[in-house]
This record gives sequence, structure tokens and C-alpha cells, in this order.
Amino acid sequence: MNKVYGRMLALMASTVLTMPALADEDQVKIALMTDLAGATADYGGPGAVEAVKMAIEDFGGTLNGKPIHVDFIDHQNKPDIAVTKAREAFDSGTDMVINLSNSAAALGVMEIGLAKDKVVIVTGAGSDRITGDACSPNTVHFAFNSYSLANSPVKALAANGVNDWYLIVSDFAYGLSVEAAVSDAIKNAGGTLTGSVKHPAFMASDFSSYALQAISSGAKAIGLSNSSSDTTNSIRALKEFGLGDDQQMVAFTLLINEIHGLGLDQASGLLFADGFYWDRTDQTREWSKRFFERVGKMPNMVNAGDYSGTLHYLRAVEAAGTTDAKTVLAKMREMPINDMFAENGKIREDGMMVHDMYLVQVKTPEESQYDWDYLKVLETIPAEEAFLPLDQSKCSLVNKG
Amino acid sequence: MTEIFGVPAPVLYGQLLLGLVNGSFYALLSLGLSLIFGLLNIVNFAHGTMYMLGAFLAYLLLEPLGLGYWWAILLVPLLAAGLGIVIERTILKRIYKLDHIYGLLVTFGLTMVIEGFVRVYFGVSGLRYAVPPSLQGMVDLGFMRLPIYRIWVIVAALGLCLVTWLVIERTRLGATLRAGTENPSLVQAFGVNVPLLVTLVFGWGVGLAAFAGVLAAPLMQLTPQIGHSIIITVFGVVVIGGMGSILGSIVTGLGLGLIEGLAKVYYPEASSTAIFVLMILVLLVRPHGLFGKQ
Repeated sequence: MNKVYGRMLALMASTVLTMPALADEDQVKIALMTDLAGATADYGGPGAVEAVKMAIEDFGGTLNGKPIHVDFIDHQNKPDIAVTKAREAFDSGTDMVINLSNSAAALGVMEIGLAKDKVVIVTGAGSDRITGDACSPNTVHFAFNSYSLANSPVKALAANGVNDWYLIVSDFAYGLSVEAAVSDAIKNAGGTLTGSVKHPAFMASDFSSYALQAISSGAKAIGLSNSSSDTTNSIRALKEFGLGDDQQMVAFTLLINEIHGLGLDQASGLLFADGFYWDRTDQTREWSKRFFERVGKMPNMVNAGDYSGTLHYLRAVEAAGTTDAKTVLAKMREMPINDMFAENGKIREDGMMVHDMYLVQVKTPEESQYDWDYLKVLETIPAEEAFLPLDQSKCSLVNKG
Repeated sequence: MTEIFGVPAPVLYGQLLLGLVNGSFYALLSLGLSLIFGLLNIVNFAHGTMYMLGAFLAYLLLEPLGLGYWWAILLVPLLAAGLGIVIERTILKRIYKLDHIYGLLVTFGLTMVIEGFVRVYFGVSGLRYAVPPSLQGMVDLGFMRLPIYRIWVIVAALGLCLVTWLVIERTRLGATLRAGTENPSLVQAFGVNVPLLVTLVFGWGVGLAAFAGVLAAPLMQLTPQIGHSIIITVFGVVVIGGMGSILGSIVTGLGLGLIEGLAKVYYPEASSTAIFVLMILVLLVRPHGLFGKQ
């Protein structure tokens, strides 16, 4: 008899436990999903957590008279975990997921977002596929992608007569996608790619061999189509092995945190494209100083994108008067984005939030006057030039008429 | 210009020399790993973490305490050896009688915990440790300009390898150690404190890894991951050389550094896999490794 009761109880318990928590219709629930503590935590981590919290506080903390709910989910850089957690989050009433550092994780969660009809905002990943062949009506790509980071430095150097390139490429999806974008940009600018070397991603601790090959190639521009520690170690090796005075280092994915870690004497002169620099305008300074007080470091473009993306979403929900994904996404596309991150930013039909990008150069130790005074903004790249023109888009949502 | 298989000779020599620098690190790390396996029967997965910790300890000595490179290279191996002794006494001694896999699992767990702490405390953006002023600059070798610091790496690493080898193979202490692994109970019956010997050997092995960490600190951005990217290669080296063979680790470490250097010139995509292809071939022909005993 007891056995039967036991089984019944177990059955009841399992039914209750697997039932999705009932969503509170009025309350807005957002989730930050990123690498909270792993190797790429510069793209997420505590900075992202604070940026999202700041956006909610600045918005007022409540919407429809209820507190805005936020979850912080660690996908540990594993696409399978990201997909499972995203499904759980959407099933328990989450309306929007933001950040999604790691392109594979982002692409996976985008599919779940489409299937469940929820909003996905990518800020932490840069693959061109997000708004290319894998684009989705439910996804907005906020901060940067490999095209926007690759194109402007190549164009700028070409304008100064620097036209022959050597690339150090990380041999995995992101590195190769940057390589492809850079090669196209070099071709378009009328330049030549004299050579390239591929290194295993995140496994090579020693870059001296690649640096030596790059330096001895004699190319005037040495491009780093890699990311994170691979980029910083390439920079160090190039400096150590005597980069020529007439050779220019160009990074294609670099965050201000990494310059802080390298030190200006190693990084000075380095050229790259950035989506946000804290010391650019009064508005960026005001926001960044608030961020600094909470996190202890200056924000990078992903942190700024997390803030801007969250705020824009909340404003759209308020304007739409509902959390229904289609209505909110339509509002998000309709409303321009004007904050410390973007001036007249606009979400295109492929999901790209197009905004100005900046061509920046790392200052020399002598030029730097105060803490985190690291970059010179050489040029503002207008939004329409910074991103892939729509007529070349591979996204099926783009009506090419 | 002379070319060797389509690569200019000076470029090739340069790459081989760089391979020797990397090989020195492999030799130093695989020596410690091999020592620990030979005498303790522990597959120490935490070896890479000790290397990483060596580099971060050097940074900690410099930043808050102002103790420079030469202090670090002296003190850090001792500090790390101390930590190693604590780990051996509190954790590892409980699992000697169990299967190898337990040692691997415990040390893997230690790796995760220690790395996690370092990541939370120092972040992931990387820290910078400068080359000591007395070793800055480059020398022109004719075919390449080599930073003086890299020459120092080869000298220091091989010097320490040689000392370790001499102690184990040519001294009375070393003879006792080797006897202790062959038949601990008999050696103990002669009045030798075998557990103490084992503890000291583990401390020494960890000290070697930390020494390698200090040597590597000025060469790269210090991130918590530097340990596990090198440990996989070093395991390959130990397997090729023969688990537990001292001389085997040193020779194989250097040799594989050179082979990796060649791969980086002729087919860079394969540079990280070349060692493992070789490992498979060696295992097929000589399952105990090139220098291992049957």
C-alpha cells in the first residue's frame, strides 16, 4: 500500500516540477546570458551585469507598475548550455535575452528565440552570420560585427598609402570570418595581401614564430585576425621581435580592457575600430564614470552595448504597451537610438543596429595624461559606411526589390 | 639566398632556434611531471596550474611587494614547492593506493579550483610582467635578431634540467629515491623515511613547474588559462618520452620543440597537432615511449 502511495507522490511531484512556472503577464522579464566568469568574461562578466542593472535603474526600475525582473545566466561559453538555458528561460516567461558572447552560442539561442517568438539582442558576439545568412526577425545585433571591425582600418590605411598586408589568423570560426572580411576589404581598397599565417586558437602560448614570419614578410600593415589573449600575445611578440618603424600593427578585435592589461608601451600606435570609447563626449564620460564606480574599470563597447540595448528594449516595451515580441520588435525598429552609445542609431531589416564606429589609435605613454586615457579617436566612421551595405546582404529578410 | 624546401635558410634557422626556446619549457615541465609520475605514481594534471601559479606569484611579488625578477626566480619555486608539499600531505597521500585515474581526477579538480580563484581575483584581460632590465635587448645572430631574454630561457631551463638529472641519476640521494620507488617497504626497512622522500620529490616537481612559470612570465600576457594550454602538449611530450623517464623527458621536450618549430614554418595549421600525431605513431611502435622501460 505504502509503495503505491510512494509512486503516486513521486508522479505528482514530477508533474509539478516539470511544469513551467506560470509567466506573470504584466511583468517584464529579461535575462543577461553570457560568460560570467570564464576566459572571455571581458565580453560579459561583472561589467555586463552592472551595465544591465544600470539600464534598469536609469529606466526607473519598474514598468507597468511592476519591478523589472532580470536573471543572470552563465552559458560558460558552451553553445549547448546556452541553448538549453535559453529554452528554460523563455519557457519560464523571459521576454528578452541579451549579450550572448560567443558566436556559436548566439546563433544557437537565436533559433530558440525565433521558435518561441521572443526577443534576442546580441552584443557580445561578432559573427557576420548573425545578420547574414542566419539572420532572424527576432534578433537585433547591437554592438559590433567582424565587417564593421575589419573594414574601416583597412580603408583608413589605404587612404594613407599603406596597401600591403600580412595577416596573423586564429584558425577557428571567428578568426576565419574576420580574415574573410579583411581580405575583402583589402581587395576593395585596392591593396594586396602578401601572406598570412594561421595559428591554433587559444592553444598557442608562444607567438614569436608567427611574429617573426610577419615581420620578415616586410608588409607595411600587419593585421591580427584573432581575439582575446591571442591578440594580446601577438602584439607582445611583434614588439619583442622588433616590429619595423615602417610597419603598422592593426587589431581587428580589441577591447579597452586588453589595452589596460598590455600597457601603453606595448600597445602604443596600434590601430583598430571601436564601437565605443568612454572619453569621447561629455555624455560618454558621465556614463562611463558611473560605470567605473561600480565595476572598477572603464566600459568597453560590449558593456556599452548591453546598457544601450537593454534601455532601448525597455523603452520599446513601454511605447508598445505590451511584451509581445513582434509588437516590441516593430517599435524597436521604429524608434531611433539616442544615448551615450549611439547617436541616431537605427535597426535595419537584417537586424543590425547601425551606428557610427570610430577608428582609434592607442596613445603613447607620453600622450596619456590620466588613468584609462588610452585612445585617440582618429576618425568617425559614419553608420552607413561602417556596416555592410544592405544590397550586399545575405539575409533573407532583406527586400532587395 | 639558400632555400631549404622553399623556405629561406635564415628563416628556418630562426624558427628552429625559437623551437628550442619552446622546447626548453617543454623539457622543464615534462621533467617535473615525469619525476612525479615515476616516484609517486600520480598523473599530475595540476602541473600546468603550478606553472601558471608560478607566473602569477612572480607578478604578486613584483606588484605589491616590489621584489623583482631575480627574487622571484629564487622565491617562487620555494613558495610553490611549499604549496605542493601541503597538497601532497593533505590530499595526494590518501590516494596512492588507488588507481591512476583517481590521481588524475583529484589533480584535475585542483586545477579547476585554483584557476577559478586566480580568474576571480585577477580577471581575464591579462597582466603584464616586464623583462628584467639586465636581460633586455637583442643580439644579432646574422640570420635573426634574438631577444637576450630568450637565450637566458634556454640556459636557465637546460641548466636546471641537468642539475635535476645529475641528482637523480648520479648521487646517493637519487639512488635512494630510485630504490624507494622500486620497493618502498624494503627501503623503509633499511631505515629510510620513504614518505618524506616522496613529499620532497613532489615539492621539487612543483618547484620546477613554478620555475618554468617565472621564466615564461615576461614572454606572454598572464592569464589564468596559460597553464592548461601548455599542459596538454607537455603530456604528449611525457608520453612520447616514456612516463617516468627523466632523460627521456628532457631530450623529447627539446626535440618536440624543434619539430613544432618546423611545423610552424611549413604548415602552421598543424603546429599544435604535430606532437600528437607523433605521439600516436610512437605509441603504435613503442607503447612505453621512446625512453620508457618495458
